Amino acid sequence: MSDTSEDWPLYEVFLRGKRGLNHVHVGSLHAADAQMALHHARDLYTRRNEGVSIWVVASTDITASSPDEKDPFFAPSGDKVYRHPTFYAIPDNVPHM
Amino acid sequence: MDTYDAYRAITDVTEDQRWAFGAGFDDPLSGVDTTIPGGVSADDLGAYCEMLGDDALLMSHRLQQWVGHAPELEEEAALANIALDLLGQARFLLARAGTVDGSGRTEDDYAFQRGPAQFRHVRLVEIVDSDFGIAMARLLVFSTWRLAVLDRLRASRDPVLAAIADKGVNEMTYHRDYAAQWVIRLGDGTEFSHHRVQAGLVQVAPFVGELFTDSDVETRLAAAGVGVRPSETRAEFDAALDAVLSAATLTCPAWSASGGGTRIAGHRDTLTRLLAELQSVARAHPGAAW
Amino acid sequence: MTTVELQEHFDRTIAHDRRIEPRDWMPDGYRKTMIRQISQHAHSEIIGMQPEGYWITRAPSLRRKAILLAKVQDEAGHGMYLYCAAETLGVDRADLTRRLINGDQKYSSIFNYPSLTFADVGVIGWLVDGAAICNQVPLCRSSFGPYARAMIRICKEESFHQRQGYELLMTMMSGTRAQRAMVQDATNRWWWPSLMMFGPPDNDSPNTQQSMAWGIKRHTNDELRQRFVDMTVPQAEALGVTLPDPDLRWNDERGHYDFGEVDWAEFKRVIRGDGPCNTERIGNRRTAHESGAWVRAAAAAHAAKHASPATSGNHQTVRQSAQGGPDE
Repeated sequence: MSDTSEDWPLYEVFLRGKRGLNHVHVGSLHAADAQMALHHARDLYTRRNEGVSIWVVASTDITASSPDEKDPFFAPSGDKVYRHPTFYAIPDNVPHM
Repeated sequence: MDTYDAYRAITDVTEDQRWAFGAGFDDPLSGVDTTIPGGVSADDLGAYCEMLGDDALLMSHRLQQWVGHAPELEEEAALANIALDLLGQARFLLARAGTVDGSGRTEDDYAFQRGPAQFRHVRLVEIVDSDFGIAMARLLVFSTWRLAVLDRLRASRDPVLAAIADKGVNEMTYHRDYAAQWVIRLGDGTEFSHHRVQAGLVQVAPFVGELFTDSDVETRLAAAGVGVRPSETRAEFDAALDAVLSAATLTCPAWSASGGGTRIAGHRDTLTRLLAELQSVARAHPGAAW
Repeated sequence: MTTVELQEHFDRTIAHDRRIEPRDWMPDGYRKTMIRQISQHAHSEIIGMQPEGYWITRAPSLRRKAILLAKVQDEAGHGMYLYCAAETLGVDRADLTRRLINGDQKYSSIFNYPSLTFADVGVIGWLVDGAAICNQVPLCRSSFGPYARAMIRICKEESFHQRQGYELLMTMMSGTRAQRAMVQDATNRWWWPSLMMFGPPDNDSPNTQQSMAWGIKRHTNDELRQRFVDMTVPQAEALGVTLPDPDLRWNDERGHYDFGEVDWAEFKRVIRGDGPCNTERIGNRRTAHESGAWVRAAAAAHAAKHASPATSGNHQTVRQSAQGGPDE
């Protein structure tokens, strides 16, 4: 049985994009503390897009309402062009790509 | 991409979605005016680009070796990001070298076809990361030093170097911050981690003096307003390291002295092994396109 | 509400094709199945970093190196999104990792095959990611909300992966003879394992019926496998490689490609742990996790030393509390 004192707590991540009006929940990650969580959120959820505002909150600090709440939709950021499928020059006659 | 303001395109990552320093088959600097500024030796400028490019290329290689071996999944993402940034800087710089030194070589020619005697990096980037402690110690030293150099390089009379430096400063700030936070956590973490990162610093120490030793190329280019003498960044480096190591409850080791040789290539074990891994597939298929 | 009423509410949600969210009541079997499926998917992404990760430092051009590095980084990210989705069901990621390392939880058997050449990078992108996309697109409509949303994000990022692989293969196929031979060889090795990614045949898949009733699975294994073959054959033709199946031919009556029988004995062997790379893949994951323990412990210790006093209070959290602990 391994030592669980090495395990990092869970943080929820909220992002507001450059053209966004408010922060949106995009998921969670593990970090040892809030500062690390912020760094990790930038790496994982924004690929370090500079214009995005990030909030991280320890999951245990969130008070939730009753069932049937809806989580907001989130969209991935695209700061590197080779992440966009349209960038690759695949000839038109290759189907399903 | 707006080729008339290609310099801005290089620096403005977030605005221009199509920018990815050469994700196409084009030369990363295609469309950019590559004229050498007046009063500057082409050989010097080419050598300088190789120096800065090789530092980034090999440092990126060391970070790439952590993929699949990082201490936590979130660190996988972080280290890969840093490796990607440095690889991008290397690609720009090596492509620039090819446009100024008259050889017409591509970024890949520099990366894969030069032998150990022709590389121009500092020995710091050859260090093998035997654990995460030394990895963060080395990354802290590298990032702090390179950030200080690129910060001054933003004022270069060569617009391409200035643009590369401008983008690089944002990236290096992040890298230095990442490494600093880890050095602090490890230094002021457990007793075990404290010893490991302290040992890492001691292993890195002999390679620090070289970072601040001005080569003839750098001295001439700095005089021409194009390059940066790294010795000028020493005070800034010392202040930054002192602050981080103090917060980390670590002892600053005696860094090695500057003023000896710098960027001396050679058939060292670490380098030949690194290059074997880097170059073997490319060299096994001469002339092949990928 | 009584259990019967909760069950009826759950059934109605599924019947109306709506999502189940983390704080909703759900049958124990649904929760356990969801945890198992999501964790295995997450483990697959992480283990999947290895066969391609090997080639990052060895990539033969800087452009390919950058693309591959970004791709493998994405895979780490996908694993993390999926672990997050599993954690909303009350399990802990560190615990899931331990189960993976101990062999109690599985990952996709495709990653137990070796990546022998740089062409494998392209073929993995084309066939393995192609098969994964076939599997994953329907999961975007999975009944469990966090899983469906993770899948939407992953699918968007994965289409770039497939195109990256295919583009590399196109470049190699118009290259040297050695490059073309490399691509054909890699295709020969990865084709049948890619078909196995869709799981056992329907008549040998006992969980399928319940999974479909719960909206966890939207299509059967054989349906998805057929779809993958139909999509991929023209891609192979455009590339100029042959697929290693002499029985592969278009069937006009069915409107689909007929293909040969998968070697299910091999599939079972590899799943059971007897594949070419099983030991190595888990071994690498174990080594990384165990070697990293002191680093994680240091970060936790540092955080504890510098933490501000915690607020007390009786909070309901956004996550479901673990009702009976995870299964298996």
